[in-house]
Amino acid sequence: MSILGQWYDVRDLSELIAGLSGWLRDTFDAGDGVIYAVSGLLGAAGILAFVGVTAIINIWVERRVIGRMQNRLGPNRVGPFGLLQPVADAIKLIQKEALQPMVADPLVFTLAPIAVFVPAILAWSILPWGENMTLANLNAGILFFSAMGSVAVLAVFMAGWSSNNKFALIGAMRVVAMLLSYEIPMVLAFLGPVMFAGTMSFAGIAHWQAEYHVWLLFLQPLPLLIYFISASAELNRTPADIAEAESEILAGYHTEYSGMKFGLFYAVELVNALLVGAVIASIWAGGWYMFEIDRVVPGWMIFIGKTYAFYFVLMWTRGTLPRLRIDQLMALSWKLMMPLGLFNVVLVAAEVVVWAETDVSAGMLLPIAGLLNAALAAILWIGWMQFLTGKMQRLPVRPALRSDIGVPEIAAPDHVSAVARPV
Amino acid sequence: MIEDTGIVIAFWILAIMTVANALMVVAARTLLHAVLFLVLSFIGMAGLFITLSADFVAAVQILVYVGAVAVLMVFAIMLTRENWNNEYALPALALAVLLGTALTFAALDTGWPTPPGALPAVPATAAAIGDALLDPFVLPFEIASVVLVVAMVGAIALVREED
Repeated sequence: MSILGQWYDVRDLSELIAGLSGWLRDTFDAGDGVIYAVSGLLGAAGILAFVGVTAIINIWVERRVIGRMQNRLGPNRVGPFGLLQPVADAIKLIQKEALQPMVADPLVFTLAPIAVFVPAILAWSILPWGENMTLANLNAGILFFSAMGSVAVLAVFMAGWSSNNKFALIGAMRVVAMLLSYEIPMVLAFLGPVMFAGTMSFAGIAHWQAEYHVWLLFLQPLPLLIYFISASAELNRTPADIAEAESEILAGYHTEYSGMKFGLFYAVELVNALLVGAVIASIWAGGWYMFEIDRVVPGWMIFIGKTYAFYFVLMWTRGTLPRLRIDQLMALSWKLMMPLGLFNVVLVAAEVVVWAETDVSAGMLLPIAGLLNAALAAILWIGWMQFLTGKMQRLPVRPALRSDIGVPEIAAPDHVSAVARPV
Repeated sequence: MIEDTGIVIAFWILAIMTVANALMVVAARTLLHAVLFLVLSFIGMAGLFITLSADFVAAVQILVYVGAVAVLMVFAIMLTRENWNNEYALPALALAVLLGTALTFAALDTGWPTPPGALPAVPATAAAIGDALLDPFVLPFEIASVVLVVAMVGAIALVREED
């Protein structure tokens, strides 16, 4: 065990950075600023490389897995098992002409794919890859993560608006409406773990779970369920992909995009899906912590493994569930997940108060709280669904606003002759 | 802290970004471009908060102003007809000059006293803000939430269809 704590100790890549910083300080007498900049750049380069490579690999993984679930083969022609399919796709996308509609707003049209990509990458910087492997351990980490999600909304809107295409605009409006509705249950779901751990930093929450030898998954299943559903809605993937429902509005906000600009939108979707897996892994499944196994296996391997496990569940829902209608999605968010999220906040707050005010030990309180939360989550979820399904409309009703303000019937334009109108 | 060279450079870049984009909001010919410039200005503000070690306020700035206010403005633009008129340009200019003058005088008139010695280390702002909101400032905090509830009830009452 002589490699422990050495710079080449692969179990914790931060030892590498620490060794490098020490070498810089000793050999070149470098100041703190230089060391800070070098380690920051190295960490950023590592995260960019990971995100870029996994985005390429995930194209193949996702198509093969979903193909398997839907009794299809998936890509299997290019290279062994179709492994070179992403490369072929990328070459095809790069050599395509970058089309741009004449009526489009050129600058915003070009900036939109970049504006979508930047927050998706930035959100990766705050994740705990290992015990000491967090690039930016922000105190307000969860707020930063939500903020990056809301910046992406605006970028999607830029794409839809600048295309000057009615389908793109409808798609963008759908995205904005849906993301705004799902932001609320998502933040409510984050509140539970934050109150238990007493910190908003991702590394802090992972560390709390390692300290108490438990995953928040077992303590708070209800927020996990709420976060998972809201996240898959925010991703615009199949159970909730009304924003790019091809049978209704072509491809939604990226209808007019071609070549590598479309490729960026496609890559961002995959990167964000993996990011949801990583967030669930670090908040609800302990991040790098895996009971006693993390003493042997490197923490970053455990983290990536968990990320892919939750990403697989996302692929599973994508491959098996049909698309929801927009009013059903809205009802799910406002009528089911928001009340349950609020209830969960009150419940967790009560547990935290009991923990802080009485001298119950953690070993006593946490199992009871976990059992109570799991039972209540099951009862509430099923009961609330039963209660709501009676009232949830099977068919969409006319929006109330129209009848209130008396929208007039649309008259036929003058140049349409009376002959063309059915009588 | 503010004496740090890097911080000073960052301050000037962010300040120029904030002010220049704020000017572009007024100068832009398209309403939606104006909103996008406003977003860039907000992001510059968030950067300024970060140079002051206020990470919580910076994240909230982006979450609330970019994520909610700007998106609300976009919705408002989409729901209104595009008639870009400038009939209030002169009163708006007068008001802006008045406000700018008042703020400049206030800023120049204030002493900006600096405490002697080194600045104290900044604690974790999120926890400090939480303590402050729930202890000395609990009444304003609760009143703000009452205002929000009233606004929400009002919005629901406006769009509700009579049974």
